[in-house]
This record gives sequence, C-alpha cells and structure tokens, in this order.
Amino acid sequence: MTTTTADAAVDEPSVRKNSPGAARGPRRTGRIRRIGLPYLLLLPALLLELLVHLVPMVIGMVMSFKELTQFYIRDWGTAPWSGLDNYTMSVDFDAPVGEALLHSFFVTCVFTVLSVGICWLLGTAAAIYMQDVFRGRGLLRAVFLVPYALPVYAAVITWAFMFQHDNGLVNHVLHDQLGLTDKPSFWLIGDNSFVALLTVSVWKGWPFAFLIVMAGLQNIPRELYEAASLDGAGLWQQLRRITLPSLRPVNQVLVLVLFLWTFNDFNTPYVLFGKAAPEAADLISIHIYQSSFVTWNFGAGSAMSVLLLLFLLVVTGVYLALTSRGRKAADV
Amino acid sequence: MSSTSTAPRPAPAAERPVRAVPRSPMAPPRSFLWSRAIFLTLLTGFVLLPVYVMVSSSLKPLQDVSGKFRWVPSGLTIRPYIDIWSTVPLAKYFMNSLIVAGAATVCSVVIAVFSAYAVSRYNFRGKRVFTVTVLSTQMFPGILFLLPLFLIYVNIGNATGIALFGSRGGLILTYLTFSLPFSIWMLIGYFDSVPRDLDEAALVDGCGPLGALFRVVVPAAIPGIVAVAVYAFMTAWGEVLFASVMTNDATRTLAVGLQGYSTQNEVYWNQIMAASLVVSIPVVAGFLLLQRYLVAGLTAGAVK
Repeated sequence: MTTTTADAAVDEPSVRKNSPGAARGPRRTGRIRRIGLPYLLLLPALLLELLVHLVPMVIGMVMSFKELTQFYIRDWGTAPWSGLDNYTMSVDFDAPVGEALLHSFFVTCVFTVLSVGICWLLGTAAAIYMQDVFRGRGLLRAVFLVPYALPVYAAVITWAFMFQHDNGLVNHVLHDQLGLTDKPSFWLIGDNSFVALLTVSVWKGWPFAFLIVMAGLQNIPRELYEAASLDGAGLWQQLRRITLPSLRPVNQVLVLVLFLWTFNDFNTPYVLFGKAAPEAADLISIHIYQSSFVTWNFGAGSAMSVLLLLFLLVVTGVYLALTSRGRKAADV
Repeated sequence: MSSTSTAPRPAPAAERPVRAVPRSPMAPPRSFLWSRAIFLTLLTGFVLLPVYVMVSSSLKPLQDVSGKFRWVPSGLTIRPYIDIWSTVPLAKYFMNSLIVAGAATVCSVVIAVFSAYAVSRYNFRGKRVFTVTVLSTQMFPGILFLLPLFLIYVNIGNATGIALFGSRGGLILTYLTFSLPFSIWMLIGYFDSVPRDLDEAALVDGCGPLGALFRVVVPAAIPGIVAVAVYAFMTAWGEVLFASVMTNDATRTLAVGLQGYSTQNEVYWNQIMAASLVVSIPVVAGFLLLQRYLVAGLTAGAVK
C-alpha cells in the first residue's frame, strides 16, 4: 500500500471507466495492484465461505455416496462407497425411510406456505397501517420488533411453557376460561403440534416482513400519493395502484428469504419439541438431523440434505425466473 | 438491489432519519381508522402475550408455575433471579455467548466492509460469480454442512493442533459466515448510495483506496454498518443447532445452556423464564436502541 498508492490513486477513476487493461508497460506493478486489490479485499470472505460452507457442502455430497454409519465415523474416508444406495433408500416411498421423508417433506411444504403467507400478510398490513403518523407509532413499531429481536431459544421456550398441558396459558384460556375444549389439549404432541409450531413460527417471523416492507415504503416518493390524491384516488386505489406495485421488487426478495428461512428452520421445532418432533410437525431439518445424529446414519442424512438442497435450488431458480420476467435480472 | 432505474439514489440515511411519509394530505376515512385500531390492537396482544408470560412467570414462586396457569401471581418473588445463577453456571454461558457473538460480529462486519467495498467500487472478473455464490450459501440447509464442518474442524485440530471443535474459535468462525452474506449484500447497496465523487476526491487528494474506504465511505455508511453489526450479533446470539453440537462444558453458550433448567424430576419454569429474560435483555435493548439504524440501513441498502 505504500509505493504505488499515488499512482493508483490518479488512475483510479479512468480505470473504472475504461477496461482494466488500459494501463500497460511500465505501469505493470500498479496495474497488478489495482486489479489485485478487489480480489485481496474479497479474500477473507471467500476463504471463510469456502471453509464453512462450500468445502463442507462438497464433503457432504461425497458422504452421501458412502455407507457412513457409526462404525466409520472416526475415519470417514475409509467408509465403503455405496453408490446411489442412500438416495434410492431415501426416495423409496414404499419403504419406511422414504415414506417418512416424503411425509416430512409434505408437512414442511404446507407449513412453509402457511407461515410465509401469514407472515407476509401481517407484516405488510401492519407496515401499511403504520405508514401515516399517529400517536404512539414509534412505540408500537418498537413493540412489534420485539419478537424479531428476542433470541430464538428464549422466545420459543416461553411458547413451549404456554403450550404445556397442565400449567400452560393456552389450555388455561381455551379450556378453563372460555370452555372451548372438553378437556385440556396436548399441544406439543399429536396433531395439534402443527398448529403450535405454526403459531410460534408466525409470531417469530412476521416482524421481519414488517421491517422490510416498512423500509420499502420509505422509498416510495411522496409525490406519487399527492398526485394520486389530487386525481381523486381513494385510499384503496392508492394502495392498489401505488403501494403494492412499488413494493414488488421488495416483495420478490422478501418472500424468497422468508421461504428459505422457514423451509430450513431448525431452531424453532428443536427448542419447541426437543430432538424428536411429533409426526404432524416433523419439519425436514429436524427429520434429517434425527436421521443423522440419532440413528447414526450419516450417509443417508447427507443424501437427504443433498436432495433438499436440489429442491431449494430448483424452487429458487423457478421463482426468480417467474418473478423477474419483464425486469432486468439483478444487477449485483 | 435490482433497481435499474436512473432515479436519484436516496441520500445516505444518516441525514435522513426514519420519518413518516404521509400517504396523502386528506384525512383518512373513519372506517380506515377503525380497522387500523382493531388490527393493531390485536397484533399488539399477540406480540406481547409471550412477553407478559415471560415477565410475570419469572417473578412467580415455583408452585405458581407448576400448577394451573395464573394470570396474576399469588405472590411476587425475585428468588428465581437469584437461583438461576446457581442452578446452572449461567454466568459462564453468558460470558461464552458474549465472547462468541462479540468476536463474530466484529470480524463479520470488517470482512463484509472489505467485500462490499470491492464489489461496489471495482469492476473485476468474477464479481457476479462472487456475489451469487456468497448469497446462495444463505439457502444451504445448516444440517447439510453441520457434520462435514464438524469433521473438518476435528481434522484441522488433529493436523495442526489448533482446536476448532469445541472451542469458541470454531464457533466464532462458523457464526461469522452465517451473517456474512446478508451483511455483504446490504453493505453493497449501502455503499452504492454513497456518492462516488466523494471517494474519488479522496483518491485524488492522495488517499489510497483503503484510505478512501476508511476516511470517506465508512463514515458515510455508519448507519448501514451499525445495522449489519446488529444483525450479525443477533444471528450469533440466537443460534442453536451448531452451538448444541460444537460446544463442550467449558464453551457452552446460552442457546444450549438454558436447557439445563429442566431436570428429570422438575422443570423450574420460573427460573427458565427469568433466565430467558436475562439473556434477552442485551439483544432486545441493543436492538430497540439501534432499530432506527436498521430500518434506515435497509431502506438505503437492501430494499432499494
């Protein structure tokens, strides 16, 4: 950074306008530095992503082709190759393993669609309702962000307490106070667990939608509303013609991010139910965790993870292709 | 992020605190006000219900939380707040979480600033590949690389003697990559909104590229950087899956340590609630203090 800084500095603007190959000959070192600098700046991020995400992912893919049970875990390289066995076992929907995976996949799909839909709806509605100034708006916004700020385990443990059979708030209200159920229900086992999980997930997730939509609303030029209002457009029309269309790019990303987070969510069911989730709320992450760490079949677990990743890649690709139609692809 | 319009970019949010954009000069109709009041009231109730349970239960004696739920405690006690520190080594977990989340945040922010600066200010081969790759790691299911990462850390430890598995270092390394993609993405947008003339002027004045970054771009992007730091800290503070596999007794973080309050015989719900409240306070307080920056940062960066 010492010898060629001035030289680099003078050339900087022109280099950006022209192609990086413009400077030649005696300026070679400066040029190398200039071309090298962005890579140097990216290096730490790149190395870390490689170490923690990309290399493990490749290893995970290799593992999915191995018979990796507890006998080989100490030295996983020696585990015998098993070809596609792990995959055929995972997608053989007539056998117990495949059937359970398919069930878990369906549960996760339904759960994700409902959770993302409700989160988006609540977040957008709240953000739009709070677009105008009113008394207590700042306080309310802070309150609404509390679920997002709370650490997952603290929030989910509290919900687990509320869903307790004997001493929980939910049964106390529904059964003791309102008399809606004949006897106290079980919320953390059996079919009700799906409702419990969805409630917690929505409670935890909607403030993020609120936050993003709120930020998106700030970027809508005020003049648009003024003009529309002069033209006699009512609130509903302004919402349909200005607010929602302006939020489209924001929503495109928001829905995708919510989808990926919800689909891969591990923390919520893990803290709510413990290591073994009830069948009705057997989300895919928990299911794979169970298949790997509880039954010690890491090969099968890896194969299921790879299938999950492929599914997410396809959905994301199709989603981006569909929603980006007519818009130029992301310019990052 | 994908706006291709030539509309003027928003001014750096530092000069533009979050403020309302009135929808229209007309007063909204009565029906709108009513529906707003009802909707926001219900939503507030839904949001605050667990908070009330957490706070009230943490002040209840044990028999109150073991028997039927009571809206109003039979008596208030601060006993749970004293007991939480001895039932499990909460102070140690707290310290571990603080070190891990703090270090992960600092590293993540510094690395994200470098990367975002490179992407925002330079044209180079592989730029798009880099951003797409980094962002796409966000979609990897954690479960896919949990075990391989565990094996890598163990092998690095065996080969070099650097203990990553079970250590805070390994956890710091892991967590900082969790927040990195989003941080880079948000800062790219934010740096883009800092006028280039500013750092070009600094370059002409003889600053090196890094000088321009730290003297001009970073100060102008402080709200975005604060927002990213808040996000990184929350991510590391709340993570459960890797914490439960990659820590041992000495390095256990709060996410795992809190499970220690339920023994085989008895679940100390009042203590769990007290501990949950205590571990939430640093993040919630920090978040609420800095949420203006987060909204401003998102407005100028991610959502543009």
